[in-house]
Amino acid sequence: MNSNAAEAYWKENIATILKLLVIWFVVSYGCGIIFVDELNAIEFAGFKLGFWFAQQGAMYTFVVLIFVYAKMMERIEEKYDVHE
Amino acid sequence: MELQSLIYLFVGLSFALYISIAIWARAGSTKEFYVAGGGVHPILNGMATGADWMSAASFISLAGIVSFIGNDGGAYLMGWTGGYVLLAMLLAPYLRKFGKFTVPDFIGDRYYSSVARTVAVICVVFISFTYVAGQMRGVGIVFSRFLQVDINTGVIIGMAIVFVYAVLGGMKGITYTQVAQYVVMIFAFTVPAIFLSLQVTDTFVPQIGFGSKIAFQFDDGVKMIDQGTYLLHALDQSITDLGFGAYTVSATGSFNVFMLTAALMLGTAGLPHVIVRFFTTPTVKGARISAGWALVCIAIMYTTIPAVAGFARINMIKNLQNVDYKEFVSGESKHLDGTMNNGTWFKTWESSGLLAWNDRNGDGKIQYAKGDAFVGKPKFTGEFGPSGQRLTSNPASAHTQSAEEMRASGKIVNEIYVDRDIIVLANPEIAGLPNWVIAFIAAGGLAAALSTAAGLLLAISTSISHDLLGNVIFKDPVTGRSTMSEKAELRAARLAAVVAILIAGYLGIYPPGFVAQVVAFAFGLAAASFFPAIIMGIFYKRMNKEGAIAGMLTGLIFTFSYIIYFVFLGGNKADYLFGIAPTGIGTVGMILHFIVAFIVSNMTPPPPAEIQDLVERIRVPRGAGAASAH
Repeated sequence: MNSNAAEAYWKENIATILKLLVIWFVVSYGCGIIFVDELNAIEFAGFKLGFWFAQQGAMYTFVVLIFVYAKMMERIEEKYDVHE
Repeated sequence: MELQSLIYLFVGLSFALYISIAIWARAGSTKEFYVAGGGVHPILNGMATGADWMSAASFISLAGIVSFIGNDGGAYLMGWTGGYVLLAMLLAPYLRKFGKFTVPDFIGDRYYSSVARTVAVICVVFISFTYVAGQMRGVGIVFSRFLQVDINTGVIIGMAIVFVYAVLGGMKGITYTQVAQYVVMIFAFTVPAIFLSLQVTDTFVPQIGFGSKIAFQFDDGVKMIDQGTYLLHALDQSITDLGFGAYTVSATGSFNVFMLTAALMLGTAGLPHVIVRFFTTPTVKGARISAGWALVCIAIMYTTIPAVAGFARINMIKNLQNVDYKEFVSGESKHLDGTMNNGTWFKTWESSGLLAWNDRNGDGKIQYAKGDAFVGKPKFTGEFGPSGQRLTSNPASAHTQSAEEMRASGKIVNEIYVDRDIIVLANPEIAGLPNWVIAFIAAGGLAAALSTAAGLLLAISTSISHDLLGNVIFKDPVTGRSTMSEKAELRAARLAAVVAILIAGYLGIYPPGFVAQVVAFAFGLAAASFFPAIIMGIFYKRMNKEGAIAGMLTGLIFTFSYIIYFVFLGGNKADYLFGIAPTGIGTVGMILHFIVAFIVSNMTPPPPAEIQDLVERIRVPRGAGAASAH
């Protein structure tokens, strides 16, 4: 492993994290708190959408985000040959 | 079998299981004691982390909180799960690559300073003790309510059990016991939830039942709510009828919910007993996946909680509103559809002080609405009223009408006192579920409290033996290594665990009167101290020891003073900084920490080259061996 590869790997890692954290922020703070009233005007299957995000949806998304991150990082590590 | 014998059986069996596991998984080396040998499978580690994380408060109190505050309860749900995303992406993999045992290890090495290490040890000990006091109390409460021993005996039994597996087994013993405890508590929580969901909405999965239509008609006291109404509509309608704000609408405003959610998330990501979990996985990849599994395990419970909260609130109105007390508690009341509405549970929980009825309008019927039945927690006089209810000596809540006037006005006046904890503890009885379900809940509550207490005690003892004794006090100034032998350090760790258990037990028996507020403390301090220090240690190579120490102290002192002033010294709400409640102030402490650390580090020399190399090294996964001491 050379230091260029390590640096490129690190940059791609940060970019991945930022992308995923935007989603993390939008589903929880965005949909569940800031825009909760606006989203509550929309309703599906007995749930007001904003309320659903705050009490269900955000948590499901969190779980998915972590596994997506783990999978993406595996690929990035292979690409730069820095895997274990 | 009778309820009490079933409870003894379930609790006894679960304890036997934990102790056998502890004996099987005894720790033989410091590495096994601190990080379970570093070879725990990600799924098992996820379950153990879940049990470690979900405390008596999550198990017993959270559904009650959500049930009574509705929409804004989302702050706790998102706050206590969202932190795992930060852990998985920003902390866990790199700390695992760093490859030592504890959080002060990282702070001390990365900031090449014994001062930083000592500050970190103080934070760990303080955060963990505040937390553990609440857990021991939780153990005592569950024991006293379900096993009918007094709270202090309960605390002592709890201490003895934790002693066996934390002191003998260390992290290895704790991890495998926590896996068992996770299984016990998740079944104990979800099985009653499924029963409730079937009962209220005819839907098997509570997370779906929560948005389904109710399977019965009920009278909220003002209006009839029809069968087939969506559960959340029925809730909104009935509690608005009773004078509360709608269930699905925010009551406290976005800003404070935002700050609280952030403080809980960042605090979660900064809690030492949670972080240390990711030192126990075999690889960096394992640390990421393990955070994912931990969140799966937690989310199973946390997505069930709001469903239980909703069912419970509906059940409360349906079962209690305008019911004749005497008929109700003797099991003779009926629902609208003619099925029995057995209220014997009301008597049981009345005796425990979690419920009380004050017949303010003198009609012999229970009424539930917004407002207090009387001032404060119930103080029973030992006498009984005309309907057989326990009388209280509490002062009347501010209300000037006489009983006749109340009856004549036709307005519903609240007459019951309900402790939030009852939502989980009494739910199966309220819903008329079989006895074994109730016995299971007792075992589950104990599993939740014991698993968290053990994890915290281990974090404390490790900090003392490894970080303070090994790496500060007995550090050889020439070689920079600990002069303690591994055997001596292991002995010190066990001794520290014993002392920590004794102190925790003392705090459980003589709790400081503010256990609940103290939790805000633990999270605020973790958010303002560890989270930024670790993040910058990994992502900002230029961060040096001056910046880190200044940042940690700023975050700590600011958060500490704000909470002390407003929670314990009676500071006026009107003086809140930007209107932020003390529970959410950790977020501000964290921001200050980042700013101060950044400025100070840029005014002082950069960290030495070998530290910059260390940072390079922890950023890439290759070469992560097992966690090691040196």
